[in-house]
Amino acid sequence: MNVRSLLLTGGGLVALLVSIAVAVTIGSADISTGDVGASVAAHLGLGDSTLAPLRDGIVWNLRMPRTLLAAVCGAGLALCGAVMQSLLRNPLADPFVLGVSSGASTGAVAVAVLGVGGGAVSLSAGAFLGALLSFGLVLLLSHSLGTDTDRVVLSGVAALQLFSALTSFTVLTSADAETTRGVLFWLLGSLSGAEWGQVLLCAAVLTLVLAVCLGYARTLDAFAFGDEAAAGLGVRVARTRLVLLCATALLTAALVSCAGAIGFVGLVLPHATRALTGPGHARLLPVTALTGAVFLVWVDTLARTVLDPREVPVGVVTSLIGVPAFVAVLYRGRRRT
Amino acid sequence: MTGLHADRVVRRAGDRTVVDGITLTLSPGETLGLLGPNGSGKSTLLRLLAGVLAPGAGVVRLDGRPLPEIGRRAAARRIATVEQHTDTRTELTVRDVVALGRLPHRRAWTPGTAADENAVTEALRRTGLTGRAGQSWHTLSGGERQRTQIARALAQEPRELLLDEPTNHLDIQHQLDLLDLVAGLPVTTVIALHDLNLAAMYCDRLLVLRDGRAVTEGTPAEVLTPALIERVYGVRSEVTHGPGHPVIRFLRPAPGAAPHRRGG
Repeated sequence: MNVRSLLLTGGGLVALLVSIAVAVTIGSADISTGDVGASVAAHLGLGDSTLAPLRDGIVWNLRMPRTLLAAVCGAGLALCGAVMQSLLRNPLADPFVLGVSSGASTGAVAVAVLGVGGGAVSLSAGAFLGALLSFGLVLLLSHSLGTDTDRVVLSGVAALQLFSALTSFTVLTSADAETTRGVLFWLLGSLSGAEWGQVLLCAAVLTLVLAVCLGYARTLDAFAFGDEAAAGLGVRVARTRLVLLCATALLTAALVSCAGAIGFVGLVLPHATRALTGPGHARLLPVTALTGAVFLVWVDTLARTVLDPREVPVGVVTSLIGVPAFVAVLYRGRRRT
Repeated sequence: MTGLHADRVVRRAGDRTVVDGITLTLSPGETLGLLGPNGSGKSTLLRLLAGVLAPGAGVVRLDGRPLPEIGRRAAARRIATVEQHTDTRTELTVRDVVALGRLPHRRAWTPGTAADENAVTEALRRTGLTGRAGQSWHTLSGGERQRTQIARALAQEPRELLLDEPTNHLDIQHQLDLLDLVAGLPVTTVIALHDLNLAAMYCDRLLVLRDGRAVTEGTPAEVLTPALIERVYGVRSEVTHGPGHPVIRFLRPAPGAAPHRRGG
């Protein structure tokens, strides 16, 4: 690892830690960074908390898991986006192009509205299963159409349309207003229900998938000139694509089942990060995970405070910020298209 | 048996047989030219030799072992390919592209070694691209892009180098520069070419294809005769056997004459 990689990764890590520490202090209850430190230290068994139980609860049970889930989701979505854009040679590829998010919302709706699973299956589990089902359909479809990368994207779009239609149909025909609002959570993305269990689950999946993707970092570089060029450089193209699509789909499914479909992070952050790191994936992947994490920590802070006490779904804010950023990225790249 | 060897390889695309039972043995260090009209199977044969396409029948062997048995990574450490046309959307520098050639030599999760750096630097020097290492791929001319791909192939440190019409779209000076570079490399080279005079100048041996079959094989002087050129390409020509290599001069079709038809 050279100096530039160290600077970018180290800088990103520091920025993330500072962002988390500061973001936790922001909100209607007045909390200082000292309080945050005290609470975290106490819960990690590094001393007694001097904090009142209520304030300690706000830090440890509400804001900390939420901020950490934001960081994990941001990191995971950006990582998936970067991997998929290179793997499918498509700058528009994002974690949801595999139909994962629409499958998740259909799964959640099936549980919430139709009562699939008879109460034994949680909404998150329903979303997770729906996501994997949809991804399986996309793999099957793209495989039967040939292994061309555009077919994967087209199959994803087809699955997206199908599952969106199923979701809308189910909601419109059988849901009451209350359930509809709950379902909107999956469609727009929100971190308001964050719990420690979700943080740990998503962090574990993120760590695993990040390790796999870093192992394939140089292989991803080889896809720059297409599948055949990659094969000529010793890459087993079909196997690589299957492994990485499954890894990113698994991570996306885990994230979506906890936080819903938070759009645009996976699409925009990798493009923005590439401008910083250059195209090499050994540097791009860890740094884009960090920028994605920092980005979503701040966007979620904005989402929960800007209309305080009401909340804006974080997916709405990412899109409101993401669309102009995306236009800027397209504008910068216009000379080559 | 050392080197690359194709044994009666067949490849079909749909109901068409693109490569139809070609057998080919390469002597170490030689430059073999693949000739033949468009659609005669040159590119497909190169891809079969590189192992990026699998033959429907027959086998390609490297040092006596079938390519699938050797594995993609090990094969890519021996055989490098330069495709006819390459492009990318990724923002890469010349050095980035050349460094891709080190991929089959590198291990996952580990940084590059001094050997990787040296191979890239040496490949840039050989192709005269040292001064352009930091330049963006997208700002290169066609000839510079081809040279960059050849540098990438050299960074693979292959013993077999396969090139698919590398002189396409280059002006004559760049065509000669590029072939001079390739012919001077200490590797076994297979090069698909359209220009018969360039093939005569730079190749030790020629293999002529038509409709996926080998028509003839031999030195340029043996192969490039007016009769063969008429039979394969359907054009009339005069061949002068000058010092060193034959020179081909094409003749205009006689006025009013029906155009020659190939095949049949």
